[in-house]
Amino acid sequence: MFKHFINLQWKSFFRSASFKTEIWFKILMALGALYFIFVFLGLGFGAFFIIEEAGLGDPLRVVNQFAIYYVAFDMVFRYMLQKMPVTNIKPLLYLPFKKSQVVHYSLGKTMVSFFNWMHAFFFIPFSIILLTKGYSASGVIGWHIGFMALIYCNNFINVLVNNKDNVFYLIAGAFVLLGVSQYNGWFDITSYTAPLFDFLYDIPVTAIIPWTILLGLFGASFNYFKKNMYLDGGLATKHTEAKTENLDWLNRFGNLGTFLKNDIKLIKRNKRARTAVIMGFFFIFYGLLFFTQSIEAYDNNFMKIFAGIFVTGGFLFSFGQYVPSWDSSYYPLMMSQNIQYKEYLTSKWYLVIIATVISTFLATFYLYFGWEAYAAVLAGAVYNVGINSYLVLWGGAYVKTPIDLTSNKKAFGDKQAFNAKTFLITLPKLLLPIIIYTIGHFLISPTAGYIFVAIFGLLGFIFKNKMFAMIEKIYKKEKYKTLLAYKQKA
Amino acid sequence: MITVNNLSKKYGANTVLNIESLEIPRGQSFGLVGNNGAGKTTLFSLLLDLIQPSTGHIISNEVQVDQSEAWKPFTSAFIDETFLIGYLTPEEYFYFIGELRGRNKADVDALLSQFSDFFHGEILGQKKYLRDLSKGNQKKAGIVASFIGNPEVVILDEPFANLDPTTQIRLKEIIKELAEKEEVTVLVSSHDLIHVTEVCERIVVLNKGEIVKDIKTSAETLKELETFFGG
Repeated sequence: MFKHFINLQWKSFFRSASFKTEIWFKILMALGALYFIFVFLGLGFGAFFIIEEAGLGDPLRVVNQFAIYYVAFDMVFRYMLQKMPVTNIKPLLYLPFKKSQVVHYSLGKTMVSFFNWMHAFFFIPFSIILLTKGYSASGVIGWHIGFMALIYCNNFINVLVNNKDNVFYLIAGAFVLLGVSQYNGWFDITSYTAPLFDFLYDIPVTAIIPWTILLGLFGASFNYFKKNMYLDGGLATKHTEAKTENLDWLNRFGNLGTFLKNDIKLIKRNKRARTAVIMGFFFIFYGLLFFTQSIEAYDNNFMKIFAGIFVTGGFLFSFGQYVPSWDSSYYPLMMSQNIQYKEYLTSKWYLVIIATVISTFLATFYLYFGWEAYAAVLAGAVYNVGINSYLVLWGGAYVKTPIDLTSNKKAFGDKQAFNAKTFLITLPKLLLPIIIYTIGHFLISPTAGYIFVAIFGLLGFIFKNKMFAMIEKIYKKEKYKTLLAYKQKA
Repeated sequence: MITVNNLSKKYGANTVLNIESLEIPRGQSFGLVGNNGAGKTTLFSLLLDLIQPSTGHIISNEVQVDQSEAWKPFTSAFIDETFLIGYLTPEEYFYFIGELRGRNKADVDALLSQFSDFFHGEILGQKKYLRDLSKGNQKKAGIVASFIGNPEVVILDEPFANLDPTTQIRLKEIIKELAEKEEVTVLVSSHDLIHVTEVCERIVVLNKGEIVKDIKTSAETLKELETFFGG
């Protein structure tokens, strides 16, 4: 029976539209995965010596102290990214499989997920180092398999609480608060949790406890799934009550207003689009890494202009680069309605511009780090408005990934959204301003560098009509390919 | 109104549509029938410039559709659910289409009021987004949206599929009414021979991409079609 499931899974993986991407991108993906593996491996091998070097105390105890945050972060990460197995169950329901088999298979599928085994790259080398350093073998083994159980507990907790957003925000909020209060020395949760993790090492038999919990969670998930395997139960898609909104104040912008109204609704009512906006918002704080002198490699003027681009361009990058994919599910309508490409593109352009301006205002707090910091932000903003806004629209013409608006799971990097052309267009978005700045910086002064970048942005602004005519032409040329690509559901 | 010249669409070596010439005069109600894969949707997609012809072209009201976008103001269509914007309520969707076609809310409301029978109280004021409506109700919304803004060419792909019997009968009335207007050209495809013979003045049968029959509808048409498809 499992043979069938595996066979289906195999086919769905290799035949998915997103799998058929350019070969060199697959290589890049593999490199990305390898990167994570190396980071974890590096931590696994290195953590022991880093902690020892820093003189923080017994490395195992230090790791145990912060383990609660590790586990919590893993939970949050999973909640946001790990796909739930309910999809694709529907067609299996009426086939002669036993329900329990389908559930076992679905839950089993979550267990082999990358989110689980990536931890092995940390824990296995770390445990080996512990053993070579003379830690008690039984203790390390107890600790190791205890942690393994905890990671899998997270897996099943995630299955159980999936899509219960309030629970998630409550827990995530609580941990952020705990982290902050620990940093400020108000309250230290780790002094309560560290002993629990220490137990796993000190009394290896206690590893049974997390395993018992794991079994319990597995049982609970199993029952929950089995009970909810009905079309009107767990497999039903949730419906939110719809409200008709007016937004008539946008009518003054004519046809542009029509599109803006739609885009606002798009963002408000679709999880995926909302996530893009929230991500864009967090980019505003990205500059803190650069301007607080907290990271040495970032502490120079060239990187600051880079920060300026990101601080004000968060929305531009997170939302803008998926134009026109946001409209992928009804692209044939847009293409056959009484719409000129120019109006359509202009409305998206305005959306990006408005967001950039808002970000620039929100980023005024960078003045705290000196006027130069904010000058970098302003220069970045002008460049974003003048140059990058065109570049994202241009790049969008080649992005042919249909977006599933209601799902969040691929918000962080769509595979297909990334191809040779979009990549090449990304370069001038980030590197060109740095180059321009460098020229100004060395020819005259740092201030001139900022002004150079801003002037470049203004120039782009002046040539708006020319740029739009060019982008429009490309969109028209790509129209049929785009329509075809959007037909294949991701 | 619509002239098709040497039109063909090939995917690799596979010809899915090949029409040497076809003339659809203004105001005609035109029915397209054929089995799956006969090329009905392909022809409609070509009419809407959603795919490119391999050879030949279509001229709609003196506009060559793959060259100019000037056909858009007088053409409307409902092909499938990709013509719906899932996250809008039906009202918002109608107003959106209305605004694109230069109709204000009052105009759209006036038009919608004529269709309250057709909607059967299941479309307006439902507190549901289009994506949460049933397939049949989605179709109703899409079909009515294609009537907004007095289009001169209305293209409906399989409008009767997924509709309940009552709605099918009402839709027939609506299409007949629309077709009676001199200036509106209606193009309908269907698998249902009875419906299509009832609403269309002319029926063209496609088979493997070629026109095999071109009939002016009469009392014998249904029989003729049944013999063709049955035999």
